[in-house]
This record gives sequence, C-alpha cells and structure tokens, in this order.
Amino acid sequence: MRDSSKPESTPLSQCRADLISDFKLPNRQQQRKRITPNQDRLLLASTPPIAPMASLIAILDLKGKPLIQRSYRDDVPPSYVERFLPLILEIEEEGQQVTPCFSSQGINYMHIRHSNLYLLALSKRNSNASEIIIFLHRLVQVLVEYFKELEEESIRDNFVIIYELMDEMMDFGYPQTTESKILQEYITQESHKLEIQVRPPMAVTNAVSWRTEGIRYRKNEVFLDVIESVNMLVNANGNVVRSEILGAVKMKCYLSGMPELRLGLNDKVMFESTGRTARGKAIEMEDVKFHQCVRLSRFENDRTISFIPPDGEFELMSYRLSTPVKPLIWVEAAVESHRGSRVEYMVKVKGQFKRRSTANNVEIYVPVPDDADSPKFRASTGSVQYAPDKSAFVWKIKQLGGSREFLMRAHFGLPSVKSEQDFEKRAPITVKFEIPYFTVSGIQVRYLKIVEKSGYQALPWVRYITQNGDDYRAL
Amino acid sequence: MSTPGQDAKFFQRGKIEEFRADLHAAEAKDKKFVKRKTVLKKIVANITMGNDMSPLFTDVVQCLGTPLLEIKKMVYLFLISYGRSKPDLIHLVIPNFLQDCNDRNPLIRALAIRTMSYIAIPVVTDALSENLRHCLRDRDAYVRKTAAICVAKLYNADPRKAEKNGFVEMLRDLMLDSNATVVANAVAALSEIGDRLDGVIFKLNLTTANRLLAALTESSENRWGQIYILDSLLRFVPERHADAEAMAERIISQLQHANSAVVLTTIKVLLYLMNYMENRRLIDSCCKKMGPPLVALLSSGPEVQYVALRNILLIIQRRPAVLKNDVKVFFCKYNDPIYVKLAKLEIMYRLARAENAPEVLAELQEYATEVDIDFVRKAVRSIGRLAIKVEVAADQCIKALLSLIETNVTYVVQEAVIVIKDVFRRYPGKYEGIIPTLCEHIDSLDEPESKAAMVWIIGQFANRIDNADELLDVLLDTFLEESVEVQLALLTASVKLFIYKSSAERAKTLVHKVLKWATEEVDNPDLRDRGFMYWRMLAINPTVAGEIVLADKPAITTDSDRMDRGALDQLLLHTGTLGSIYHKNPETFIRNATGKALVDSPALNPHSRAVLIPLAPVRLPQPAISVPGPGPVESHSASASDNLVSVDKEDGPPPPPPSSKPAPSANAENAGYAEAEDVDADEDMPPNNKAGSNDPYSNLDGAFGNYLADAPRPMGDANRRRQYEDDLLI
Repeated sequence: MRDSSKPESTPLSQCRADLISDFKLPNRQQQRKRITPNQDRLLLASTPPIAPMASLIAILDLKGKPLIQRSYRDDVPPSYVERFLPLILEIEEEGQQVTPCFSSQGINYMHIRHSNLYLLALSKRNSNASEIIIFLHRLVQVLVEYFKELEEESIRDNFVIIYELMDEMMDFGYPQTTESKILQEYITQESHKLEIQVRPPMAVTNAVSWRTEGIRYRKNEVFLDVIESVNMLVNANGNVVRSEILGAVKMKCYLSGMPELRLGLNDKVMFESTGRTARGKAIEMEDVKFHQCVRLSRFENDRTISFIPPDGEFELMSYRLSTPVKPLIWVEAAVESHRGSRVEYMVKVKGQFKRRSTANNVEIYVPVPDDADSPKFRASTGSVQYAPDKSAFVWKIKQLGGSREFLMRAHFGLPSVKSEQDFEKRAPITVKFEIPYFTVSGIQVRYLKIVEKSGYQALPWVRYITQNGDDYRAL
Repeated sequence: MSTPGQDAKFFQRGKIEEFRADLHAAEAKDKKFVKRKTVLKKIVANITMGNDMSPLFTDVVQCLGTPLLEIKKMVYLFLISYGRSKPDLIHLVIPNFLQDCNDRNPLIRALAIRTMSYIAIPVVTDALSENLRHCLRDRDAYVRKTAAICVAKLYNADPRKAEKNGFVEMLRDLMLDSNATVVANAVAALSEIGDRLDGVIFKLNLTTANRLLAALTESSENRWGQIYILDSLLRFVPERHADAEAMAERIISQLQHANSAVVLTTIKVLLYLMNYMENRRLIDSCCKKMGPPLVALLSSGPEVQYVALRNILLIIQRRPAVLKNDVKVFFCKYNDPIYVKLAKLEIMYRLARAENAPEVLAELQEYATEVDIDFVRKAVRSIGRLAIKVEVAADQCIKALLSLIETNVTYVVQEAVIVIKDVFRRYPGKYEGIIPTLCEHIDSLDEPESKAAMVWIIGQFANRIDNADELLDVLLDTFLEESVEVQLALLTASVKLFIYKSSAERAKTLVHKVLKWATEEVDNPDLRDRGFMYWRMLAINPTVAGEIVLADKPAITTDSDRMDRGALDQLLLHTGTLGSIYHKNPETFIRNATGKALVDSPALNPHSRAVLIPLAPVRLPQPAISVPGPGPVESHSASASDNLVSVDKEDGPPPPPPSSKPAPSANAENAGYAEAEDVDADEDMPPNNKAGSNDPYSNLDGAFGNYLADAPRPMGDANRRRQYEDDLLI
C-alpha cells in the first residue's frame, strides 16, 4: 500500500525493498528511508522550492476571481490563484472539509475569509503557516484601518496604494512592517513631490517600532477598559458544564512624548512572590498575553507590567481564567408542546449578581421550530420579538437589576405535525448582556504610573465591564 | 485617511495604442503630472485585471524622470511585472536605478534595491551587486534591513554571484548589527540560504546563539523578526545540558507574546531544547508553562485555532504532561467551523482518561445528535474509540452507542456497528448480548465498511446467533454485486458458520455456494486465492481448518497512544509550519525540501537518541562554500568528505549515508529499547497503559479526511496486515 505514495519513477525492485523493510524489526540502516505514518498521494513539485514563506498573496472575491495580487517569488506562477476556488469546490464535492491550509499538486494554499473576500497565500515550501495566516489577518486589519471597509469596491478604489502596502508589508515573502499607524506615516494617499520627501519613520526599524517621537497632546489622558467576556454552557439540568472568563485590558492613550507606563493589578502571583499580603482579593490570571510593547522579560522576572504605549487605541493585554463561575444571567425555559400542533414556552430570567449592579441590553434568544407561526408573547418586562430568520424569538430587557427575576410566556402554532422526537433536539438558548462597573474575576487596577521626561501630569481613567462571550448558552 | 480613493473607474479594458498616445500627450502640458498619473493608474489597473501591458515598456519607462514618488512607485511596479520579459530593453532603466540607489532619501534607496532584486536577469543583478555592498553598510537601518533580504533574493537568482561578492559574510556581520530589525532580516536571509541544498551551511555556535537571544529579549522588537530569530535557534545544537537549559529559560517569556506565530515558534524551540535537557524540574516547568498559551490560541480566529489544534495534537502525544487536565477547553463550541470541531474531537479523544471519561462521553453524545454528517460520524466513532481506550468507561459508551442505534439514523447506525465490532474484539465475552439489537438494523447498512463489520460479527458469533445462516443467506443474495471488502467478509463469515454448524445442511450449501462464486465468478485475485485456500483447508482437514479460522485473535488493546516517538520528534521540529498541520515531514510533500532531524550531541537525551531517525542523506551537488572564521557561519567539517560522493540528484536512489553521519549505531545494543520507549512521557500516563500493544487508532493522524486511517489493526506483527486478513493466521 505504501509504495503508491512514491514517485512513479521509483523502480519496482526498490518498492519491494521498502515494503520489506517495513516488515522488519527496527533496523538502523533501513530506517533512513523510513516513511512517516501518514504519507499519501500528494504530487510532488517539480522544481526545487526555495520559498520558506509566501510566494504570492492575493485577494479574491467569493467567486474566486482575483481582485488584486502580488507575487513575491517566481516559484509559484500567478495562474495558480485561479485554481483556488475550483479546488475548494472539488474538496467540498468529495465530501471533505475545506481547511485553512491544504496542498494540491505541490502548491500549498493558505487562506482566511473576511466578509465577502478570500485572502490567499500560496507557497511551494514548508511555510510557517501560523505566521502566514496571522499575516493575512494583519493585512486585513491594515487595509481596514486605511479604508474603513475592506471589500471589492474599496480595493478597486485604492488599488495603487494597496500595491504599495503589499510591497512594504512583505518582502520576498517575509512579513515586514505591519503596524498601520507606522505605515500611515510614509504610505499615504496624498501625492508626494520628490523634493518634499517622506522618509521611513524611525519607528520602522526602531526598538520601539509602535510609537513615533514627537507626539503632542494638550491634555494628557489615558483610558483603561477592563472587559471580561464570560463563556458558559449550562446543561438541561441547570448545571454548569463549563465556564471561562476571557479578559482584556484595552487602552486609549493620549499622551505626549515617550511616556513610561507601569500598570499594577491585584495579581496573586505577584503578591505571593513579593511576600505582600493583598488587601482584598487577589486573582490568578492564566495565559496572560501582552501587546508587543510590554517588556516580557520584566514581567517574567517580577510580574511588573511596564511599557511605552502606542499612541491611541490598542489592546494592552488579555488573560483567561478557568475558575468556575456561576451563571450571571440565569435563564431557564420550560417547553410544552401540544400534540405537535402548537407549542408554549415559559422563560424565566434572573440576574445572579449583586443588587447594586445592573445588566444592560440583555437579549435572550430562545430557539423555536423552523416552521413555527402566529407567535403570541406576554412578558413581565422588556419586549419580545419573533425572528423567523434565526428560528428563534428574542426577549430584550434594557435593564436587569441584580437579584431580580422576570417571566415571559410565548405561544406558537405549528403547521405540520411532527414527531415528538424531532422536537427534542433543540438548539441552545443564547444570552447577550453587559454589566458595567463590574468584573466577574474581581480583577482590579491598583495603579497606573505614567512617567515622561518632561514631567507632565496625566490622568488615568478606569472602567470595568463584564459581558457575554461568543459562547454563552443554556440547553 | 483623509481622502479615500476613487479609482475604481480606471478598471476598464484599455487599448495599448490609446495608452501610448495618452502618455505622449502628457509629455507636453501636464500640470502637476495629473495626466501621467491617470494614464499610469489605468495601466496598473489593466495589469491587475490580467491584461498584458508589456508592449508599453519603453513608454512607461520614460515616466521615470517624473519627480513624483507615486509615479515612480507605479513604474517600479510595472517593472516588477514585466522587467524579466524584456531583457533586451531593461538596460534603459539601469541609469535610473543607479541614481535612486544613491538618492539622499533612504526610502528611495531601499525602494530601488528592492525593485531591482525582484528582476532576476543578469543586467539587473550585476547593477544590483555593485550597489548592494554599500546598502548593506548604509547608515540607515531601513536600507540595511531591505538589503539583507536582497541578498537572499540575489542568492536565489545567482548563488555564485552572491558568494563571489562576499555578501554572505556581510550578512553574517549584520547579525551583530545594533538594530534588531536588521539582525532579524539577516537571520531570515541566512536561514533561507542555509536551507538550500547548494547553500552555505548555516549553523549557530553558543556565542552567536547567545547574541541573537540578546537581540530577541533586550529589545521588544518587531514581532516577525522574533520569529526568524527564534527559528534560527534550531540551528544551534547544545553540547551541554546546561546550555540548553539556560537558553530555554531565556526564551520562555516569549510564550506571553500576543502573536500566536511567536508563541508557536517559541514552543517549537522549547520542545527542541527539551531533547537536550537533563533537569527534570525545568522540563516539567516548561511543559506546565506551554499549556496556557496553547489554550489561549483557541480564542483566536478559526484559522489560527485550526493551526494551533493540529499542532497541539502532536505536542500532547510527545509531551502528555502538557494540557493533560484541560480536556474541557477542547469541547466544541456551537458555532465552531466544522474543521475546528473535527480537530478538537481528535484532541478530546487523546486527552480522555478514566478521570474525565464521563465528561468526554457526555460531550460526544451531544455531538452525535448534531446536523453535520461528517461530524456526527466522527463523534460516534469516537465513542467507540473511547470504549476501547478507557476500560472503566466502556459500559457507558456501549449504552450510548445502543441509544444512538435506536435513533435509526442510517449513518449513525453504520458508524456504531463499525466501532462495536472493535469493542467486541477488545472485550471478548462481555458485550455480545447486544448482538440481537445490531441484527435488527441489518437492513440499514448500505456502506461497505459497516456491512463488512456486521458480516464479521455474524460470522464470528455464528454459534450465538440462532438465525445466523438465515441472515447470511440474505446477505449473500447480492454477493456478486458487493464491494471486495464485503465479499471477503462474507466469504470468511460463511466458512466460520460452516465450522460452527458443520452438521447443518443449510450452512453446507451456503459455504459451497460462496466458495464456488469466489473461485469461479470473481476476478479479484485476493478473493479468489482466499476462496481456494479455504476450500483446500476444508477439504483436507476440516478440524484443523476450524482451529485455524477460529483461532484466538490477537486482542485489540488500547494504548501507546501516540505516533512513533522518533517520527514525532522529527515532526515537532516543524511546529507551526504546514508540515505540522498535515502531520507530514516536508520531504514527503515537497520535493527537494531539506528535512530536519535532531542532531546527536553529548547532551542529547538517551531516549531521544534511541529513536533518532537520521535524515535521508541529501548530497550537495556542488562543493559547499564554507566560510571560515569564528563567525556564526561555521565551517562544515563533513563537507569535504561528502563531496567525494558525486551524485546526480535527478535520478537514482540517494547513496547510503557516510559513516560519519550520526547514525546511532551505539543504540543497537540498547536492549531495553523497546520497553524504555519514553520514560518522560510515560510517567505522565496512568500506569495501566504500559500494559501493552498498539492502539488500533493511534495512527489516526490523517486529518480526518480519511476514514481508512483509523481502520483498526490487530496488535503486534499483524499490525501491518490489512484488516480483513486478520482472520487468517498464516
């Protein structure tokens, strides 16, 4: 079986030898041609590939038509871009899954989707796929920051500058400068006379590549948003199957010069390592991730979060907590179906957080059968709407106080008679909400120190929000 | 931006002559060069649409005199597109290039060499070589970092020219540049050259590796550069445990980087270094620290998640301590894309243990009722695999499978039958009571694999199924139309039935009928041969035939839950790359790719050495240039002797490796090799896993596309035989 994966030119005698060696006990000499477990029928490339990175980057519409493309290496002919969509269709037709990376005839296709576009990278070598995929995401981000929207029309409208950006952001397949704030300093839509020259900003190659010098603000301010998203799955018995908190500290920095910032959190590990006892609660963050501006070695040494911030908005850090959380918004639904002709729902919602907090914009999506009709609702608060396109009804509550509890009833008719069994399989209830001035984890900003050599005073503002993650549901 | 572009109007197919005329007209009155800009935009738009604009070469090149950066960039773009197809005309632009190479503005200098290096024809590369030397020493870092990549491009176009000019040595010097971006690009260029079959060998010694580490950690420098530097650390072979350990401690903080590619590359380097480390505590702490960043990757976009998941699957096989308590984070989300779900499913199975089996099973049951057929099938199959892997969960799994069979959904039933067959083999005498339930669904089996599984069950347990002969008889009605897989199963089952019930007249007619078909009506040689063999056995001595056909089967057992360790070690050197996603070494899907293997050194962990897979030798077609001196590019002592073997790389098998290669001959004497498989990994596993042999599913690395990949195999030597042959103990 294995010899089918060999190039066709392999002499038969050799195939035999390989097969035999596979049956023998491990023998060093034989193993040099050992085959990894899952070799299959990929066709081999015919020319020596020299591209460790992307050979070509293209943006395609959903029909697979390339809107713009840039070749960085000759080893992959540009015409392969047009084979992308047919290949996807072929894979789908064969009942296989289209994965973000796949290989065909020695060419590797790596792609991401962004609204109605494909961003595609081709290579002929064992490329660093994680790097290329992230680069494609970066490219989207930069183009969005340049043109607000990235779509077919905005690409056509700005094709010259997109070519310039593609030339600047990647060289010979190696990603280069991908910070849009920096790029905007020397790649702009205004025409430049060669006499009045734009120069590469220092930041392109500086150690502090994310901030340029000479930034000035009349009023120096910093806004910190601590946002925690709760993901949760509650099963039909009301038990929490899993829960996690995804936290992010986002900043808006309006500071002059090159300020040095230091952020203090109630970080349990730091308290323990410095022998300090925490006043109040300390929290244990897992897999903390930082923006590139944070000095990772310092954090590793003494858990100090110190950095020179980029200008404007950015995400300073993110973290995750897998400590069990009880549902903040408790939802349960009782469903009663009457001989398949109509169905009734009774939904109960309860705010399971402190009385002084309030959840805003609570939306509860309760799925109903696809063909449910003639809805009737009665709710003790908020408004209810039927959303047939989502096969669900939505109960919206503008403000839900802590420890408050509300009820609603819904009634639908069902046109066709269904078996009970079909009905049992129902999609989960999903919940959206936002609770300001509150974090589930108890994370707190203890201080934010701002030092700049000119010695100005800056004002830090802190805000806390807890909201639903993209996966908050009850069965 | 202040003024969003409105250039879509230029996307109209234009005629070459019109453009030419427009360009000429623009030479006269062209205030602020608006006309020229417009025509050029139209031309570039036409290039974008795929129309050939190369006939305009001389006309477009004329615009280079225009003192407008935007126009210069468009002309350069034109040159990148068509320069190589006009070798006879390219000399026209060389003066412009040379002028730009010496411009006051670093942006222009860099733009010029960058553009030139994309046009790989001798006239241009000659001109580039002259200027590249200055640019590599330019006082502006932006020019130096661009020049570094230009060396790689030049080397790609003309290796000898690049070497003759001493650019490789200059790159080596750039590795000590004060600017971290320049260092990173120099490392990237050197790595690329070092990966070529005919390239200069690029290895790192301790001093240089430490310098690069300093560049990595001291400046929180740009993210992509960190990847190139981290990647290059794999070229450093630690000679002492302490070197590997010190390096691991220095890079571990990079795990907190927000860029997932940096995280994965860091993990790759850590996994590599762990092969050379001795300090247990440090190895454990590395494993512990790797878990959370990997989990965090699961909150990125689906494409990044997918890359992470495929890598995690490899990592947890090699280092089971990583993530062993985190199975929950791999539970599928409602809105995960299907490829993410499938990748998660596989990891869930790998992480399943007695402690978490109930939770995993509950999840799998949930998935088995979803809508996507492929996913549901995999979920059902995973329940069976779980039963085989975790004995204490087997009862629950069987219960779950039975309740799924009751749904009567055909593909669910078929998957369930396939796995239940393996469960029977795993736990003989325990679950045969459910056979009647299976028999009730015999009519819904229409796929060869499930049908063959059911037939096997009927044959194997013909003595317990009262109406086995009836069932077989019905199944045999379509014998000649069935696929070979089913035909083989039917043949064997009929023989078994006959041996169990040799007195029954019906069994006798059945077996006779089948043997006759198999030997006379069927073209497939396997089937025919098997038919003849049974026939003769039965004719010569039915009792012995019975002993042979119904002999005890090697039990399928669970464990050795991972790929071959040596192969894993090798694959993990490619963490984050395509190879780690396909689970293949790059040599296998890209011709002429250089493979990677752990390099033997005094510090290499003995277990890693025991399973070391030396590289298939790749000969250098031409003498390698070795750069002498204490610099980062070390001379390669073996290269001289290597060159004695002259090989035509196009045809013929590669020559055997010279004895100087680190062939681990010493390990042959390592008698304990087989059971000493993986001490550091096994100690993390529950002890009962040491019991035995091969997990039938352990090779399921086939990216889920291929169901055959998890075809169960009996343990031991029979492992390599095909599944349907397992009844024949030849």
